[in-house]
Parts: sequence; C-alpha cells; structure tokens
Amino acid sequence: MTAQHEARGRRQWPLPKQAVPGAPLLEVEHLSVRFRMASGPSVKPVDDVSFRLDDGEALGIAGESGCGKTTTALSLVRLLPANGRISNGSVKLFGIDLVPKTERQLARYRWREVSMVFQGAMNALNPVKRIGDQIAEPLEVRLGQPRDASLRRAGDLLELVGIPRQRAAAYPHELSGGMRQRAMIAMSLACDPAIVIGDEPTTALDVMVQAQILALLERLRKELGLSLILITHDLSVIAETCDRVMVMYAGKVAEEGPVRRVFTAPRHPYTARLLAAFPNIRADRRNLEVIPGSPPDLRTPPPGCRFAPRCDRAMPQCTEEVPPEVRFSDGVRVACHLFPPGAEGALSGAAAGLAVVSTPSAASPPEGSRP
Amino acid sequence: MSDELVRLENLEVHFPIRGGLTDIVLRRTKGVVRAVDGIDLVIQRGEILGLVGESGSGKTTTGRVVVKLTRQTGGRVVVDGLDVTNLWGTRALRPYRRRVQLIFQDPYETLNPKHTIGDFVAEPLEVMGIGTSQDRPQRVLDALDAAGLRPAADFAARFPHELSGGQRQRVVIAGALVMAPELIVADEPVSMLDVSIRTELLRLMLDLRRERGLTYLFITHDLSLAWVLADRIAVMYLGKILEIGPAEAVIRSPRNPYTQALVSVSPSTDPPEGEGVDERTILVGETPDAAHVPSGCRFHPRCPVAFARCAAEEPPLFDVGGGQQAACWLVEPGAMPAA
Repeated sequence: MTAQHEARGRRQWPLPKQAVPGAPLLEVEHLSVRFRMASGPSVKPVDDVSFRLDDGEALGIAGESGCGKTTTALSLVRLLPANGRISNGSVKLFGIDLVPKTERQLARYRWREVSMVFQGAMNALNPVKRIGDQIAEPLEVRLGQPRDASLRRAGDLLELVGIPRQRAAAYPHELSGGMRQRAMIAMSLACDPAIVIGDEPTTALDVMVQAQILALLERLRKELGLSLILITHDLSVIAETCDRVMVMYAGKVAEEGPVRRVFTAPRHPYTARLLAAFPNIRADRRNLEVIPGSPPDLRTPPPGCRFAPRCDRAMPQCTEEVPPEVRFSDGVRVACHLFPPGAEGALSGAAAGLAVVSTPSAASPPEGSRP
Repeated sequence: MSDELVRLENLEVHFPIRGGLTDIVLRRTKGVVRAVDGIDLVIQRGEILGLVGESGSGKTTTGRVVVKLTRQTGGRVVVDGLDVTNLWGTRALRPYRRRVQLIFQDPYETLNPKHTIGDFVAEPLEVMGIGTSQDRPQRVLDALDAAGLRPAADFAARFPHELSGGQRQRVVIAGALVMAPELIVADEPVSMLDVSIRTELLRLMLDLRRERGLTYLFITHDLSLAWVLADRIAVMYLGKILEIGPAEAVIRSPRNPYTQALVSVSPSTDPPEGEGVDERTILVGETPDAAHVPSGCRFHPRCPVAFARCAAEEPPLFDVGGGQQAACWLVEPGAMPAA
C-alpha cells in the first residue's frame, strides 16, 4: 500500500482498500450501455468501447453529437439517465471493477475519485449558494472534514484556479462565465480526485476565455499531475490539451491513439473527414470538407462498419462485417477494414494487449448489475 | 464600389441603467451601457461581412439595429440609399422587413414545437400578406428546397422534434429565404451545431449568395468561421470596431494587438510544437463591462503593447493599405514602429 501510495505521490488520501497493486488508473473494457426506449427496441449509445487512462495522462474523447462520448464518461461512475444501464463490460479504477458496485458503494467513488466539470457552469452551480460553500461541500460531505478546514481549502482551490479567495463569498451570478467555469474546476478538484472528467468544459465560452481555461487546465496538469478525460466535439481543444485522443462514431471507437499521430496522419476515414471539416484560420479559405449524410439512427445501426454509408472509401466488405479494432506499433488503434489485422505495422494478438480484436457480440451477455 | 447596400454612420446604442422603480418613474439614469459606441460600417451588395467579437462587444446589438429590432441612440442607418434611421412602426417597416431578414443562433428555440415546418415557413408570408393562398404553398416548398431540405413536401409536413439540429437551422434559413430578402443578418447561425454540420450550412450560405445575390452580415465570436465565410472582417471590442479589412489581410496580417491576440488563440487542430514555443497571446482578464468603458483606447488595460498615449487618447481607424484599417496608435501614419 505504501509503495503504491508513493507511486501516486500527489494523492493526499489513501487509495481504496480494494485497489489492486500495480493496476492502471482506469481500464475500461468492452463497455456497452443500453437505453430503454418508451417504444421500440432499446438502443446502445455505447457499444463495446475499451480504453485505458494512465496516471497523469489526458485523454480526449471526440465525436459528433450522439456518438456516445458523454454517455461513455457518465457510465464510468454510473451517472446515466434513469432508462440507461451498463449492459456489458467492466470499468476498473485502480483495478476495482465499479460495474457490479451498488449505488451505496459507488458513492465512495463519485466526486471523491472521479469528478466532473460540466459545460454550462451556470446550470451546474447552485445559484443560491456562495461558491466558497459549494466548493467546501464535497469536503465536508464526502471526506468528513471540519467546516473551517473545508472553507480554507476552498479558498486555496479558488486561488489555484486564478480567482482571489475573497470571491468565495460571491454567488454564481456575480461571476463572469469564465470565472464560473474556473469555480467549477476548483470544485472538481476539491477532493483531490484520481480522475477529472471535463464534459465540453470550454464550449460555451468566448475564444479568449476558452484559451485562458485551457491554459489553466494545462497548468493544473503540470502542477498537480491531474489525470483528465476531456469530452468535446472541438478537436482543437484536444489538440491543445490531450496526450491521447479517442474518436467515437455511433457508439463505437473509430480510432484511438497519441494526439499527434492521429491528428497528423489519421487512418480512419471518419477521423480524416472530421479534421478536414474543422475551420482553421491557418489553412486556406473555403476549402471546407463536408461529411455527407448524418450519423445513423442507433435504433437501427447499419450492419458492418457504422460509418460505411457516409464513407467515400467504403468497400463491399464494409457494409457486411464490423471492422475489428487493430492496434499499430505507433500506439494507434483503428477499427476500419482498410487496416485489417496483419496490415503493415499492425501488432499481432499477444503484443497488442488490450482490445486487439473486439468481438462484435450480438447476444446480450450476462447482466452485471442493475442500478 | 458604389453599389453599397448598408451604411452605418457613427452608429451609437446606449442603454440607460436604471437602479429601481423610482429611477424609472423619475426617468433618472445611473449611467449608460455603451453597447455600440460610434461605428461606421459599409456592406457592399453581394458581400459577406463578418462581424467578430467576444460577448459584450456589441456585435449582436449592431445586427439588431440593422434589422430594426433595437433603436439606436445616435448615428444613421442607410440601406440601399434610403435613410431608415427614423423608420419605425410595424406598418412603416413592413417593406423593410421583407428585404432584411434575421437568422438566430438557436434553432431549437426559434421553432415552435407545435407547428409543422411548413407552417413556420409560411407564417411570414401570411403576416406580411405576401402572395395568395394559392401560391403560398409553392413558395414555401421552393424555400425549403433552396435551403436543402429535400424532398420539400416531406419536410413541410414534419414537426421540429423530427429534425436534427442542422436541419432545424436549414428550416430557419428557409423561413428567411421565403421572403426573398436582399440582406440576411445571421447571428451565430452555426455556433450550436456540430463541426461537420457547420460546414454544410456555411456552404449553403455561400451557394445561396451565388444563386440569389444575397448579402450577409455574419455575426460570430469565432474568427475561424468568419475566415471561412466572410469577404471582409470587422473586429469589434466594447462597442467599437478595432480593425476592419479583407479577410485575408485581417487574418494574415492583423495590425491591431487585439486582433493579433484573437488570431493567435484561434483554435487549431495542429498539436502544439514541442515545449515552450507557445506563440499564443492569451490576454489577461475579460472584456470590461460596457458601463465602464476605459479611457483612451478601450483595449489599453488588456493590451500587451500599450503605452502612455493609449490611456489618454482614443485612436481612430487608420488606413494601413489594401482596404484594411486598424484603430491603434502603433499604426498611425508616421508613428514609430513598435519596439
């Protein structure tokens, strides 16, 4: 325990007792989420998604609306809507599988180990509570700290994110949009969590304020060794702040790997089209690419590759078989028939480790737990 | 260059701040919010002018004055040679409203969930008494078709909840097109949409200009969208235009330090090159509130290169060649180049 404690040196609190020594920080394997619909069959907004997050790493999850990026993140601590549940897979934090945990057991992990920064800080903050109190609340409730110590730490956290500590007495409406987002970040850091999830943390902000918030996240990563999952449709945010990127399409992983590799030499046609559609003032004007069509209806996902109907490089095989995920020697994992197992640079089974070939399972596996 | 459609001369919109009921009753003001504080702007026929600025820059207020939804407190608005500054009232504005249409940001809020798409697009025709009840349905279908909602008859019968965000925004565009306007003021028309859908709509806007000779005032906070769409870009800050010129010039060789900073932080999907070669200029703080506009150049408290004169005197827009103008003492003709 002590050795591990030192390995994660920045942690103030001991790891959960069940932590497996040497386990990666977060390992998600074959995660599937099902939403029960009012009528018709249920949908799978997240379908067989695997990824891993190491200590101090920042992973960006990118994709269009409805691709399952937010649902993936919410399912990590099971904050799914009432009609949603995890139907398959495991979410291992320090090697502890969170999927079979009961609600009560999960409470130990929510916010204390995995906290979130939401998009609209005005909606996420309580309008009738001073921000200092809001930041101190998880410390009192989750960690049982005395009130004065909690408030002192709330002040420290505000200073850490660039807000003078006197502002702790302010109500959310008295702060500007950028300040509110900073306060939200301070709140997410309160319990010194293992992972902070940012769900579109800069989307509603002005360009300059967005740059300030991204610079803040960058600084916090350096100073605190923060492990970050950033969900955004804005690829530039990922380019600026993340080490690795996972591009999702219609509930599945299209491509995943180091940001530099994926963004400069995308393998999956969807990644390439998404990058080309990004308006960039450093590129030529008016040569914007359009991805024809729209993402599939998840009630009736196309057989085979889900991007095939919109893909200009689709082959007959693409509409029939689900492409397996293939890992390459440069750390990129891609699910596309253009890169079959055994393609140049592809790793073979044993060397590839996690999720070499994900099994496109049709049958519903045994239910782990039910909230 | 004589074919100008819109001319704003020294346009000013000041909103009074009233502290409470007594202030309202006594018509007393505690101060003014200088939302738009004296701007000159010309839009040529067939041109796309990108009006860029952060929240509180006055860009939306400027757009609302052009569509006559907000009353200016000073200056002139001339559209197609006609002074419409003091044109007010539903009846008097009717012909004007046909020619100038507004597209809002949020296609979810704009559409009535209980009306079909066809109803939404037909409504302005009915309100304005355009066409006959026989030819209106055809006009509606034509507008939907032009907005790329095909087959139009199918879309006309649908309800908003059956459409995606991109399709909704196309419906809003169809609602503007049905009036056969000359000028469209588009206030953040694609900001709520996914990147891939954005580009489709920007393309649609370019196509419509080509086919119908439309003129756009394109209002956005995102410099890169203005770069993609606009012919000329005007950068606003706290109610003033700090820089204006051809898109190419404003983006590639910005002369005002504020524009330079905006360009430097503009989002890019190129991962940063190694450590420590950050070329971004991230300004400190946020745009001050328009009730307390700083003295001199209103940008000077946040400007990385401000000097004494900037706090005292407000620079006018200086010509810097190629149709580009910048409001900064550093580009004053004959000024010392920045150290």
